[in-house]
Amino acid sequence: MNDLVFFINKGLLSGMIIGSIYAMGAIGVTMIFGILRFAHFAHGDMMTLGAFVTLIIAALLASAGVVLPCPIAFAAIIPAMAVTAVLAIGLDRIFYKPLRNAGARPVVLVMASVGVTLMLQGLIRLFAGVRARDMFIDQPKDIFQIPFPGATRAVILTEPQIVLIGFTVVAVLALHLFLTRSRLGKAMRAVSDNPELARITGINTNHVVWATWIIGGGLACAAGSLLSMDVTLKPDLSFNILLPIFAATIVGGIGQPYGAIAGGFLVGFCETLAVFNWSVLLRPIKDSLWFELPRNMALVPTEYKLMVPFLILIIVLIYRPTGIFRGRVL
Amino acid sequence: MSLLKISNLHAGYGQMSILKGVDMALEAGEIGVIVGPNGAGKSTTLKAIFGMLNITEGSIEFDGEDITGIRSEALAAHRIAFVPQENNVFHTLTVHENLEMGAYIRRDDFSRVMDHVYEIFPPLKEKRRQPAGELSGGQRQMVAFGRALMIEPKLILLDEPTAGLSPMFMSQIFDRVIAINKTGVTVAMVEQNAKQALAIAHKGFVLANGANSFTDTGRNLLENPEVAKSFLGG
Amino acid sequence: MEGNLFDRNRRDLILFAGLALLVAVIFLTQGSVYSLRMLVEAGCYAMIALGLTIQWGYAGLFNVGVMGFIAAGAASSVLITFPTNPDFWNSNGPQLVGIFLVKLAFSAALLWLANISGRFGAGRRLRGLLIVIAIAVAYLVLSAHMTVMAEQIEANSGWIGGLGLPVLVGWIVAGVVAGIIAWFVGKICLGLRSDYLAIATLGIAQIIKHFLKNADWLTRGTLTVSPLPWPVETPSGGEFIMARASYLSLVAIAVVIIYLLLERAYNAPWGRMMRAIRDNETAAEAMGKNVTSRRIEIFVLGSVLMGFGGAMLIHFASIYDPSGFLDLNHTFLIWVMVILGGSGNNRGAIFGAIFVYIVWVMSEPITLALFDVIRTYGVAWFDWEPPSDFNSRALQMRVFVIGLTITLVLRFAPRGLLPERQARH
Repeated sequence: MNDLVFFINKGLLSGMIIGSIYAMGAIGVTMIFGILRFAHFAHGDMMTLGAFVTLIIAALLASAGVVLPCPIAFAAIIPAMAVTAVLAIGLDRIFYKPLRNAGARPVVLVMASVGVTLMLQGLIRLFAGVRARDMFIDQPKDIFQIPFPGATRAVILTEPQIVLIGFTVVAVLALHLFLTRSRLGKAMRAVSDNPELARITGINTNHVVWATWIIGGGLACAAGSLLSMDVTLKPDLSFNILLPIFAATIVGGIGQPYGAIAGGFLVGFCETLAVFNWSVLLRPIKDSLWFELPRNMALVPTEYKLMVPFLILIIVLIYRPTGIFRGRVL
Repeated sequence: MSLLKISNLHAGYGQMSILKGVDMALEAGEIGVIVGPNGAGKSTTLKAIFGMLNITEGSIEFDGEDITGIRSEALAAHRIAFVPQENNVFHTLTVHENLEMGAYIRRDDFSRVMDHVYEIFPPLKEKRRQPAGELSGGQRQMVAFGRALMIEPKLILLDEPTAGLSPMFMSQIFDRVIAINKTGVTVAMVEQNAKQALAIAHKGFVLANGANSFTDTGRNLLENPEVAKSFLGG
Repeated sequence: MEGNLFDRNRRDLILFAGLALLVAVIFLTQGSVYSLRMLVEAGCYAMIALGLTIQWGYAGLFNVGVMGFIAAGAASSVLITFPTNPDFWNSNGPQLVGIFLVKLAFSAALLWLANISGRFGAGRRLRGLLIVIAIAVAYLVLSAHMTVMAEQIEANSGWIGGLGLPVLVGWIVAGVVAGIIAWFVGKICLGLRSDYLAIATLGIAQIIKHFLKNADWLTRGTLTVSPLPWPVETPSGGEFIMARASYLSLVAIAVVIIYLLLERAYNAPWGRMMRAIRDNETAAEAMGKNVTSRRIEIFVLGSVLMGFGGAMLIHFASIYDPSGFLDLNHTFLIWVMVILGGSGNNRGAIFGAIFVYIVWVMSEPITLALFDVIRTYGVAWFDWEPPSDFNSRALQMRVFVIGLTITLVLRFAPRGLLPERQARH
């Protein structure tokens, strides 16, 4: 039983946590890809940026003497999402929009986003250094031990993990309602479907672009902040988190928000299960196995974790480049 | 005064010029048909009205206003609708949502127009919850028409509405064009099937090499032996 | 047109003369030993930049994994040229590696069979499935063997050591290895939209680096390998100038030869076709050109140059340290060289490489000096307490500047300092 709990903790829960992060990142990337037609390489650093905005707002609130029933950082996420969304629109206005208006090829925009990611990286590290920071400035995070029937070990969940899972559910529902019920949400789907037709129908492309950056920037901020709360805040997300997020985007089909969510969880689970030490689960039945149980039976050594999203990406590109939700291949 | 008046239009993509002096005038309530051989600039003329290419000379007037070189986003506000030849529906949106998008610029209550569209195209009402991409070619064409009608246009531009459809559908489409025109909408359309199209046209424009070679009523063009010889295949 | 060409040539002349002047100033102020080192490194970067400029400038391929090809090339060259490790050859190591190679060949054959299964009547889906199965089987077999092999070799002999072959052989193998990796990446991604290549190359670069860093049995990992052999006399007994000058002439000859070959190719039908594909893919496809395989060709060719240049660079540094490969220095810096110099123009790439590298090297002391001023006045005037990691933070300014340069060039000077000679179609 203890082994099962270990599996739940190290396999299922971690997969779900990291899957939620990837899903939230991938929603933004897939919508930017679908509507603005380029792979946004600055998304990882946008997540870091969002996390820092949260930290700054939390610190400001704390120094203003605000006391809340929950850790201040949680409350700070909401305004931080708004700030990051505004920053995202600003980045678009300064760096991407002029290129779009000049009719640049999509790959030039990809390159510009690489430039933006370097700028963000440089600025963040210049002002904040590279050391790890704790997002919980007023109180340590709570850790819940949920007893599991028949086991001495408990299922362990931390406060930010619970918030993260709850937040993901709420965000996905809200996004669904927005895309299917609201006028602007439908317009976003229309632009992603057929930009030329959307234009001649009179859909205001500017509003759609803003909405895209608001959703993308807001979710990137939330994902970055919650990830930093779960672990620590370090400005080194960028390329390491970009690859799984792109894999999730392409697996889910470009321009497909639901696909991005599915893809995010798929990549998250594959990653955790691939580095999970399966011999733990086999230990109870080791006498009836025909081979000697090795100490470590992970499919992929932890240091090569990055291989997993990459392999998923390669397999999807070979086998089904449109992704599981039939996105577009442009 | 004409509803749509195109004078001496020169336009093209980038440096390359395709239209070299197109003239067109349509009165309100008319059907105008643009015919001509491949590469004569028929579809290009429509695209020029729609602000999709560079206009180097000439002007386009609509309802007394100069709309030369207008951005395509702004045309719906003038109540001009365009039905492109292909890719003319939003594939992942449902039929109903497609119609709603047609009415995107309207902030008033458009349920009456929507009911009207469902009346003209009964199959759409049945399939209103289905993604438009799953419909047959003919039904997609209906969605495209319906979407265009949502702004209650004064002028509707059709780019080869019968392209790729079977002959049976073709006459249905022409019937529908007439029906739409009867409700007071001016129609300008580009057609490959010149004979059938000219038969329903009030005015016809035969283009060749990016300029008008004949301009007359539909009937007169059909009866003009020279037009018949060079453009209608005898 | 004539006058235009003349103007352009004059522009080239002025820019290169300015560059020569800059180099002369550096020689005078910094001394020959330092300047020669800088020039050799700049020359190696020029080779890599030539590789990138044909990928981007000739064919419009966006490669964000230059670092990966450099690292792979450098590692291969180290393995070919470094003196042999007798401990390894006396242990069961060679046998293990031999079996590994057999298994590798077997896996490759399996993958190849799955790939051509279409010819035996397998449908698209079945073929895809077979490929996936082949990859999975190959992965499990190879990774299981590699775990054992790595453990044993590390325990018995530390690492496998080199083959002790001549340096030039190592450099050529470096190019070949980088080319093979590029072929695989290109095969998968180049038929799809351009963004996918960017994503895939980003991934492959990170994975190559991770692998080289962790595979202690193969590369000694973080323990680093040194001293690497030189193709010319090494600076023994402090004879730096002669040694570096001869290394420099070797690099210069290589760059000039590659430059001349590329110029010929650019003006040959092959180059014209490449440009046609870049500028109008649909039209080129309609004319019956096989766009994807042409792209694979140029992607492989560019990557070969990157591997080759990377090997030259690492041999000169004389120390192989896998953690020393950085996205910033080995991918984005080269991007700046190419787009600033003028993408699609080989002279532009060489000019950009030398100029940007000089600026890059100079930027470190300049940034530190600048931030030192900020610190001094900040402390004196505002009673500011600078953070302890102030210097390392200050260097992050360079990351920012690289990013800013990329975005500014794209927006305001997309054709670079030395624009491409032929007009885009």
